[in-house]
Formats: sequence, C-alpha cells, structure tokens
Amino acid sequence: MTKLADAIIVGGGIHGCSTALHLCLAGMKPVLIEKDYAGRHASGVNAGGVRQLARHVAEIPLSIRSMGIWERIEELVDDSCGFESHGQVLVAENDSEFDACRARVAELNALGFTHEELIDGPELRRLVPAVAESCPGGVVSRRDGAAEPARTTTAIRRKAEALGATVVEGVAATNIRKQDGLWRVDVGADSYAAPVLVNAAGAWAGRIAADLGEPVPVETVAPMLMITSRVPHFIDPVVILRGRKLSFKQFANGTVLIGGGHLATPDQDRNETVLDWRSLAISARTVFELFPVMRSATIVRAWAGIEARTRDELPVFGPSARHSGLYHQFGFSLHGFQLGPGAGAVMTELIASGGTQTRIGDLGIERFHSSPP
Amino acid sequence: MNTTPRRDSYDVVVIGAGPAGLAAAATAAEAGLSALLLDENAGPGGQVWRAIASTPVTERGHLGADYWAGTELVEAVRSSGAEIIQRATVWSLDRNLEIGISLGGASCFVKARRVILATGALERPFPIPGWTLPGVMTAGAAQTMLKSSGLVPDRPTVIAGQGPLLWLLAAQILRLGGRIDRILDTTERRNYLAALPHAFAFMTSPYFAKGLALMKQVRAKVPVVTGVSELAAVGDGQLATVTYLSAGRRETIPAELLLLHQGVVPNVNLAMATGIEHRWDDLQLCWSPVLDRDGNTSVEGIAIAGDGAGIGGAEAAIVRGRIAARAAVEALAPAAAARLAPMASFNAALVRAERGRIFLDTLFRPAPQFRIPSDDTIVCRCEEVSAKDILDAVAIGATGPNQLKAYRRTGMGPCQGRLCGLTVTELMAQARGKSPQEIGYYRLRAPVKPITLAELAAVPKTEADVNAVVRG
Repeated sequence: MTKLADAIIVGGGIHGCSTALHLCLAGMKPVLIEKDYAGRHASGVNAGGVRQLARHVAEIPLSIRSMGIWERIEELVDDSCGFESHGQVLVAENDSEFDACRARVAELNALGFTHEELIDGPELRRLVPAVAESCPGGVVSRRDGAAEPARTTTAIRRKAEALGATVVEGVAATNIRKQDGLWRVDVGADSYAAPVLVNAAGAWAGRIAADLGEPVPVETVAPMLMITSRVPHFIDPVVILRGRKLSFKQFANGTVLIGGGHLATPDQDRNETVLDWRSLAISARTVFELFPVMRSATIVRAWAGIEARTRDELPVFGPSARHSGLYHQFGFSLHGFQLGPGAGAVMTELIASGGTQTRIGDLGIERFHSSPP
Repeated sequence: MNTTPRRDSYDVVVIGAGPAGLAAAATAAEAGLSALLLDENAGPGGQVWRAIASTPVTERGHLGADYWAGTELVEAVRSSGAEIIQRATVWSLDRNLEIGISLGGASCFVKARRVILATGALERPFPIPGWTLPGVMTAGAAQTMLKSSGLVPDRPTVIAGQGPLLWLLAAQILRLGGRIDRILDTTERRNYLAALPHAFAFMTSPYFAKGLALMKQVRAKVPVVTGVSELAAVGDGQLATVTYLSAGRRETIPAELLLLHQGVVPNVNLAMATGIEHRWDDLQLCWSPVLDRDGNTSVEGIAIAGDGAGIGGAEAAIVRGRIAARAAVEALAPAAAARLAPMASFNAALVRAERGRIFLDTLFRPAPQFRIPSDDTIVCRCEEVSAKDILDAVAIGATGPNQLKAYRRTGMGPCQGRLCGLTVTELMAQARGKSPQEIGYYRLRAPVKPITLAELAAVPKTEADVNAVVRG
C-alpha cells in the first residue's frame, strides 16, 4: 500500500530527525525512515561536541544558526539533551601554532565573525588549569559546549513523532525513485510517496545520491572515541588541540571522553567497526602528556561510529542539482552533530519556502560537478 | 613461567585456563602447534579448579574429588609445550584475531591463526530488594575466598537460591568448619514436575549420586527451607535481616552475610565485543554463541569451548576444549590431526558428559521473580538505576538495552553492563511483551576489562610511527 506524506526523509540521525521536527513545526507531515533505529550510528555515538570553534568558513553561518537553537534546545524538544555550555578551547602547544591561531581569528574578524577569541597563556590556564605550562595560548569560543548525543537524537526524534511525524525504524528504504511527479520509497511491504525527498542517510547517503545520478566523492569512516572512569572534576570546557588530533571533554559525572578523529576500520554492511588500538594509544599518549591528572584513570570503553566524509570535508547540504524535490543533507565529515538542529531548520526553509537567509551556498552538491548537467 | 609472550603470533591462542582452556591448549600443543594459553588468575584451574596448584586447603576431602581431578589436566598442559601466562588479562579481541593483553600493568598485542575462547561462566544476576547492601554477596565470590584462602563464614549466614553449585558451596563451607544458619531454596515447586521427564537420563549421569550425597550432607547440618519466594535483604546501610515467604508465611531472620546464587550463565563479554553472533537460549535463560559442531563461531578462526559455549559443566568443558582444539589442528596441520583421537570419540564423550543437563536446566530454572525485579529494586548498580526507572523509559520509547542508554545511564558505568545486562534484557522484554531475542543485548566493546590510560599510552607505537622517527 502506498502512503502519502509531505516529505520522505531517509535516515534517522540527528539531521534526519531535526529536519522531521522542523517540518512538523512548519505544519508538514513527514515520514522518516531509518534502517536501524534513530541515533544508532554516528549521531548517537559521537563526542557530543557543540562547537562553532575551528570550523571551515563555509559552514560557520549554519553553525551559528544552530548554536541559537542549541541554547533553547529544552524548549524545543522538552529535554535538556544534557547540553552544557562551558566553551570550547583550542590549545596552541607552541609559538608557531599560536601564530596560526592569531591569523585565524583575524581572518574571521575580517569576515565579520566574532565567536572565536584569541586567548593568551594566563587566560588559557584560567579556563583549563590542568593544561601544560608550555602552551602559549589558544582560541576560545565561549558559547560552545557539549551535549549527550544519543539522548539528543532520541529527544529530537521523539518530539518530531509527537508533532505528527511518522517514524519507521528497523526497515531500510529501498527502490527510491521518482514516478508520476512524486518521490516513492519502498519500506518493507509498504511504500511511501511524497513531493519531497531528503537524503540524510549518513554513511549510506552517498549510495543514494549515486543511484539518483548525483555521485559525490565520499567515503565511509569511523572516528574512534574512548571514555574513562570517573576522575575528580578538573576541567570545564571542551579542549581541542591545534596541532595534534585530540578532543577532550569531562562530563559532570567525572568521566572523560577522549576523541580527535583517529579512525577505526568500518564494516558498513555489518554495522561494525574494528578498532585500531595503536591509534588510540596515540590519543592516550597525548592526554598522558597534557593532563598528568589523567594517568591513573581507567579506560572503560572505546568505540567508533560509522559516518560519511567528503573529499573536501564539508557537508553536502541543499537542493539536488539534478532533480526537483530532492534535497541532500549528508557528508558532515566528523563534525555534523552541532549542525543538526540548525540544518533541520534551514532545510525546512528550503523545502517550505524555497530559500533561506542562512548562507549555505558553498555547501551545495553542484560543487562536485565540474560542468552543469 | 614467563611474563610476556615469547612470540608475536601463534598458531592457537587459548583464552582462559579452566577445564576447557587447559584441554584445548594441551591438545593443540601436543599436536605440535604453537599454543599460547592466557589466563587472568594467579594459577590455572578456572573457577571449578580455582587455585588448584596453590590452595591452602590440603585436606582433599574438603573440596571433593571433582576438584582434585583438575591436577592431571594441569600437569598435561604443563608438559605439552604450550606457553602458559597467568595474570594475563585479555581486554580486546577483533576479527583480525589480534589480541590485546594486559600483563603486570603493561599491554601488548599478539596475533593468532586460531583463537579458542574458554572464558567460562559468570553467576547469573540475582536482583532482589536489597541485593546491593554490604553483607550480600554472590556464592561464587564466597567460593573464591574459600578455595584461594581457606576463608569461610563465621557470622550469622544465610544462603539463598538454587542450583548444583549452591549445594556444593554449602558442603564445602561446612566441611571447612564454616557457619550456615539457614538455606533458602528458591526452586519453584512446578520445576520438579517439569524436570521429571528428564529424570531418567539424569539418574544415569555421574552428577546424580554426587548431587544426592551433597544435599544429604548439607541437610544433616543446616535447616533448609524450600519453596521460598519474595526474598529480600533488609538493613540500614548493612545487611541486618533476610525476609522471605514460605508456605504462605512471611519469615524474617537476622543475618550478617547473605550468599546468593541462582546458577551460572556463559561469560559472553569478550565474545560479544568481538562481534560473535549470539542467540537467546530459552531453556538456560541466557545468551549463547551460535556455534557449529566443532565450536566454531560466526567469526572466522574463533571457536568457543566450555561453559562460555553454553553451560555444560566441567566434564563437558574438557571435551569441548578438545573438540575445538582438534578442529584447529585439522585446519592448520592436517597431518598432525591424524595422530589425535578421532573426532567421533570426542563427540561420544560429549554426549555422555551432557547427559542429565536438561534435567538440571529444567529443575533449576530460576523463577521470573528472581530474574526480573520490580519497583525500587536496583538493576544497574554502577549508575543506580532501578527497575521502575527502566520501565518509565520503556513507557516513553526506549525499545532495547542500547536505546535505553539515551534515557538512563544503564550499562554505561564502570562495569559496562557486565553485571546488569541479562536483567535489563529480560525486564525490557517483559515490559514490551517481546522475546529477549527480539529485545537484544548491550553492544559490548573493548576494553572488556578496564585498562589505565597510562597503560594504553605505553603501548608500542605503530610501525609507521617508528619508521617516521627513524627517517627523522
């Protein structure tokens, strides 16, 4: 049986769920199709960083838009999502890194962005008392913070459903096609039809785009994370390094999340990843050097989520260059979690009004097509 | 005995030196394969033969003939040429058969062509009201103290639950002069009827006579209350009394120590973290790995033997260890396999060893009230999550143990669900009217045992890193 909807969203990550929620707020009735369950992959198991800091200029407007939504996330989804705003700090470990920080902040200021702020050594140590004395300074984005990813994605999904979205979990969307002016998708024994299709399928979105004739240079990656046992509270902001792969966050309960983008080997078809302990050991060594207080903490779990990374490490976001009614929202390349709330809002504007005030022009899929189709 | 593995890779790595692991390592090494046996205890033996090479309990009758039977197998493995490393904690195993090992505070990796997991059993959770009070412990923990250190209870002590090991422990405590004030048998009366059709097979098994003798010994010295239900541990910050219902009457007895036991389940932690497929076993009420006749799992090159393959007891574990090792020899050195006893003889031995198992599984099947708690009873001890908390999360959309983490921190604490996993699965299955198989289990991940950050930081660098330094 074919069921009609206002929009079909493929993928129940934070992006698909957020777009479903915002479409509902705009009075539409979307159906969201998720082959596992909402938040099963990258959206539920990422580091939870809510970060405007150190983003590529092309996605800063979307990030800023999203930040505004994060700051009232509880009003939006009736759950705090564990969101805390203690800032994010980029640490320069030597003078040349600090010079790069200075240049970056100047560049942003020239473009009119003020969220990143250069800090000297004393301010760095005020914000991050445990950091090594040798670090000359860094950059802070004070409104940034972190949230609990699975809780956030689940809360957004739940709210979307409460507002009228149909959420279908545990069955993959297949046979995606456009027929008689409508997008049609088979989901088990059912079919859905809608004038709008949103491709938010994360690591699986590249296949959908390619099947629809819009291939994108995208690969499946699995960034690794590990979490420690509880240690006495010693740090508030999220810390990332300028020169080495490390992100570092202590939760209110004392556990510490260590990430930074070292990759596991994904097995997309098995929904599995094989961890690379020698790379995790590099992260452990970095933490060992920077935060001696962490040396006796125990590592209780390590994992990796499966997601998509594009060639230029920027998302594919916006309308299709080839089909009307098709929208892409994928390829967030290890930094899509913070963008989720804002991207859903902007996507809804694109779908409902045909345009948005938020500058997203550099994120379109057409950037990968050398000549127009 | 050495402290670190002598080689980077082995034909066969066996994990766990209980009956199955000892048999597997001996068989593989005797056939000429390079074999490494890793075990986290101070000496070989696993739980059933714990401390067999070092126990201070020298009066052999106190621990029973089955205990001392392990000596022979330990001797066999020691003379087989297998490399044995004790106090080696395996914290990671992956599809590539790379094994992460913690040894005296330092970690290293070895590769294997075949891995045989013999990680044995764990006690089934027994989440009654008050089970987290100081003074309440598992029978298994008490038995560990007894075997390793000769320690037995000397304060007012109650043992509650069911199963063969409960009676064995009671007998061992009494023989060593320990104190037991009362035994509360929680076996459901209807289980006796259900088990009856399987009784003949059991009566012809070696367990029958031994079991009867044990129970007789214990009953001669300790009052045993049968048909116990609504069991609870009570106390203000420390166990003070144990209350229960029997024959329609509520009883309360003072106790300083309550030992709980309602059987054992396969220790699936390492196997699941490796990605090995498991299925819910409706008779044994636990997860068991999906295995072929030779014990091979869904992951190429990894087999499971012993109670980790499904509870079968020590006799069956020895045979399953030999079967898995023989299959490894067949795969890696077919010529050597011809010199081993034929697989058919092992299979016949396994049938004998497993005789009576269905009777025990049916008779000692724990009642739902002792597996699926309600109200304020704690389920997840690490994060202090109660049964009611979990039911509340189910009511607003949590569908399984992994989804539950988005609502409650169950399984996210230091034990990573190793203690509460079965309880959470069964509780959610009941609440949602689904089977445990449909509800599923926590996705377990390495490290299966915690390692310190300093230990991971000290792991040798990758070859690429080393080369980068060399090139300068």
